[in-house]
Amino acid sequence: MAAIETREKVAELGDKYKYGFVTDIEMERAPKGLSEDTVKYISAKKNEPGWMLEWRLGAFARWKEMREPNWARVHYPKIDYQDAYYYAAPKNTPKKQSLDEVDPKLLETYKKLGIPLHEQMALAGVAVDAVFDSVSVATTFKDKLNEAGVIFCAISEAIRDHSELVKKYLGSVVPVSDNFFATLNSAVFSDGTFVYVPKGVRCPMELSTYFRINANNTGQFERTLIIADEGAYVSYLEGCTAPKRDENQLHAAVVELIALEGAEIKYSTVQNWYPGDENGLGGIYNFVTKRGDCRGARSKISWTQVETGSAITWKYPSVILRGDDTVGEFYSIAIANHFQQADTGTKMIHLGKNTKSRIISKGISAGKAQNTYRGLVSVHPKAEKARNYTQCDSLLIGGECGAHTVPYIEARNPTARIEHEATTSKIAEDQLFYCLQRGIPQDEAVSLIVNGFCKEVLQQLPMEFAVEAQKLVSISLEGSVG
Amino acid sequence: MLEIKDLHAKVDGKEILKGLTLSVGAGEVHAIMGPNGSGKSTLSYVLAGRAGYEITGGSITYKGEDLTTMSPDQRASKGVFLAMQYPVEIPGVTTLTFLKTALNAQRRARGEKEVDAVGVLRLVREKAAAMKVSEEMLKRALNVGFSGGEKKRLEILQMALFQPALAVLDETDSGLDIDALKLVAEGVNALRAPDRAMLVITHYQRLLDYIVPDRVHVLSAGRIIKEGGKELAHELEAKGYEQIIKDAA
Repeated sequence: MAAIETREKVAELGDKYKYGFVTDIEMERAPKGLSEDTVKYISAKKNEPGWMLEWRLGAFARWKEMREPNWARVHYPKIDYQDAYYYAAPKNTPKKQSLDEVDPKLLETYKKLGIPLHEQMALAGVAVDAVFDSVSVATTFKDKLNEAGVIFCAISEAIRDHSELVKKYLGSVVPVSDNFFATLNSAVFSDGTFVYVPKGVRCPMELSTYFRINANNTGQFERTLIIADEGAYVSYLEGCTAPKRDENQLHAAVVELIALEGAEIKYSTVQNWYPGDENGLGGIYNFVTKRGDCRGARSKISWTQVETGSAITWKYPSVILRGDDTVGEFYSIAIANHFQQADTGTKMIHLGKNTKSRIISKGISAGKAQNTYRGLVSVHPKAEKARNYTQCDSLLIGGECGAHTVPYIEARNPTARIEHEATTSKIAEDQLFYCLQRGIPQDEAVSLIVNGFCKEVLQQLPMEFAVEAQKLVSISLEGSVG
Repeated sequence: MLEIKDLHAKVDGKEILKGLTLSVGAGEVHAIMGPNGSGKSTLSYVLAGRAGYEITGGSITYKGEDLTTMSPDQRASKGVFLAMQYPVEIPGVTTLTFLKTALNAQRRARGEKEVDAVGVLRLVREKAAAMKVSEEMLKRALNVGFSGGEKKRLEILQMALFQPALAVLDETDSGLDIDALKLVAEGVNALRAPDRAMLVITHYQRLLDYIVPDRVHVLSAGRIIKEGGKELAHELEAKGYEQIIKDAA
């Protein structure tokens, strides 16, 4: 009897991270370690023009002089940057003309991930640029987007085909030397997504990229660049998963958004990288730099993130409110369970007049996890009548986890109005009992209460992804009340 | 329907119920009256299976089954309903979502087909009018910002929706003005049925003017010390608990 129970338990644990499979495809890798040669190898693999290689080498030179930051409330063993591969791609992948040419095993992987790449995509009206490790293998809906004049492609392709745009904007929001991880990314980024929406165009569909780390011991360094020209609008969703492995994997992405006059960019993330097991073994180190620049007047950038995965999350999607009358928003749900550590938040930099920012952060901690909100609201001297509203709510499940709120506020203009509200609460025993008494089982009750707690943020997600995010919230917290 | 025999229960290490015996048949409405601290709420929580309420002796049999081995949600799906004295707020969860989740969880546990959103709305609307629960209330977060009367009306609405076999009403009259009390009592009376038992727990006789019980039990220091018909409630009102307890001793 006991043996059966144990086996059932093991099976149960195994099911928890349902994206933890490995696809067996032959990989092509750069030699292990990080050197100028690695950078050159990657650049050559991508058939990049000379200016791009120079840019990368410049970044690499800077990176060698930099130190890993240690101010975040996260703890992890020292990363050996020489003990990893910086490039991995499925072998034999010349550019595909259609989905039929894609390795069926890859498509199978996407199917397991629940990405409806083929006909389901058509129904959902979502264009997907799927990134499998480092190479973008399939791009859909190109024609429809082409018609509207929207460029949506792998960044490696954009570097070759739209080099003027890339040259003009790459690194203009997150400079090469911005921070340790961003600089590393600048040197070795392997692929990612490029979006350009021309003047006055409203992108006809939600754009979406699914990132997935597959290969062993490979860092994934995507680079995303989105430009909304004057009066343009685009909504973009990024989803991430990674297979289960015992060792930790590094993920250091850079995302740059540029909104010109009157443009609007909505960027949503559902991050479900492998979080490590119940004992804190394995999991992704997610060190990401995301920043948007409201460069033109009356532009708007909105970040929405649902962060349920990764062993460590270090991420502060920010908005520079450069133009007058610009708006920056940050809606975040960060869930940390077991031994996960999350240090996340945002920076709202008010430079222009009448700029407005809004921050809604919902942190949920369970198990032995630590969850930190770290945010900066900075109002510069010329930012007349800047407004900010910040609300940080933390929910604790169980007695061994922690929630921390670290708000930094710098107001250098006397007309600024900044509001900050913060609450910390526990899932109350009486709430749970009430649900149970009405017949709702424990896990479902926790999920109901937590989804209620996150509602303001979930509402910001595009409809079809909100449902997925709700499910993810439930899965992440299964068995957390004991 | 419900047989409680020599029940002993502890809360925070302190024995509150000390040999309580009670029998409620199908179709009957019983009132439990008692002074503060006599164990009224403890009895209701023990019946519902709340964590922290530890049974140390005796038995509870519900429809021939041992109730004490069932989890609280199992009890609910088998027809045990507790209308709470202090209904709990759940921010961000609309009342309708909560009702749908609960109804379907119970149905799933019983192996019945779940009801879709439209079906739930139809069911809820049917019951809501009688309890004066507005559409607007159904869209608000569960109990958040509800008045005392609204919360209690919603409890009775849930009772009507779930159609329990055993309904325990814990101090349902507390915090209600006379109009709200009448409305709630009408709702409860409408649910009296030959296959349903009710246990009405109250401090005051007032509620029993509107929900007329078949039997009245007086609870003191964790035991039933006196039983009688509905007239016992009036005797209590006239004499006070102290005198009745003294008489019984």
